[in-house]
Amino acid sequence: MTAAHDVERRLPPVMELGVASLVCTLTAGVIVAARGPKADLLWPAVVLLAVSAALLVAAGVLMARIRPFAWRQFFQVWKWATLAYVVIAGMLEYVFVKDETPGRILAMLTLLLVAFAVTVPSLLAFSVARFQER
Amino acid sequence: MTELARETRDMAPAQAAPVRPATLIPATIVPLQGLPIVAVVLVGLVVAIASNKLWALDFFHVVGGGLWTGIDLFVGFVVGPILGRLSIPARAEFSARFMPKMMLIMPTLVTVTLAAGWQLGLYEGFVNSGYHYHAWVVASYVVVAVMAIVALGVLEPANLAVLFELRKPEPNGERIAHLMSRFVWAAGVTGAMQVATLVIMTRLATA
Repeated sequence: MTAAHDVERRLPPVMELGVASLVCTLTAGVIVAARGPKADLLWPAVVLLAVSAALLVAAGVLMARIRPFAWRQFFQVWKWATLAYVVIAGMLEYVFVKDETPGRILAMLTLLLVAFAVTVPSLLAFSVARFQER
Repeated sequence: MTELARETRDMAPAQAAPVRPATLIPATIVPLQGLPIVAVVLVGLVVAIASNKLWALDFFHVVGGGLWTGIDLFVGFVVGPILGRLSIPARAEFSARFMPKMMLIMPTLVTVTLAAGWQLGLYEGFVNSGYHYHAWVVASYVVVAVMAIVALGVLEPANLAVLFELRKPEPNGERIAHLMSRFVWAAGVTGAMQVATLVIMTRLATA
């Protein structure tokens, strides 16, 4: 085994796709927030959310094909990180609901928060599992 | 941490091996005794938002944001360079104890700052697109997004991977150095964004 292999296994671009998905989610969030809470639904944000979801699914498919992979450690990190990020996303959702954000915008923001709360724990869990023995 | 990365990377594998902290590392990745404090802070935040009182919202936004900015700049530009001058076992031990606390503190501060900030923006009318300085508000969204990408997409995954590596019977020093090498440019980007935050927030507060 080479020194380079010891540092990092050659793996499919799961991390890169995950970060790209996060970039799309946050950009969509900025677009929605920039227009104000009472604005109409913004199609660029909808497209970015769809791209974000597609990138996340692609990352998941690539990850599922990695052999061998430390799934036990992945889910160990994922479940706790998801709990933490659900609390964080829940706080922001609470603010949007309390302020009576219009239905379509609220749905958009909720989907963005769901994407956020799925992407970040997945990135954290993958970053740990990739360096673990099975 | 930057110096640790550079120095450990430059060492031969045989020399880089003893990175495991000399004393026992904490039993859990996240310090569980800190969770009640986080819960109290979040309950206070919910109460502040529910009551929609200007003072309470301002308190959470200013205190949370001030600590977030201060800690980011202090760790990136004061603690980091000092750490670089410590022995490698000392740095590893410091990191093993410091990073778990940061994994609890920083997400809490970010959540408090953003949630209270959005509600404060609604209260003051900053978030409405008709607000005179709305461009500054949008700039603050972009700054937060850039910091979130760096923190959540780069730094936090690396921190967590380092913490798990340090818990192994024989941590891979080269791997730790490789993971920490990304802290160099991340500290620079985060520092620049935090300075931009200070400029934007002081501008909005005096508008």
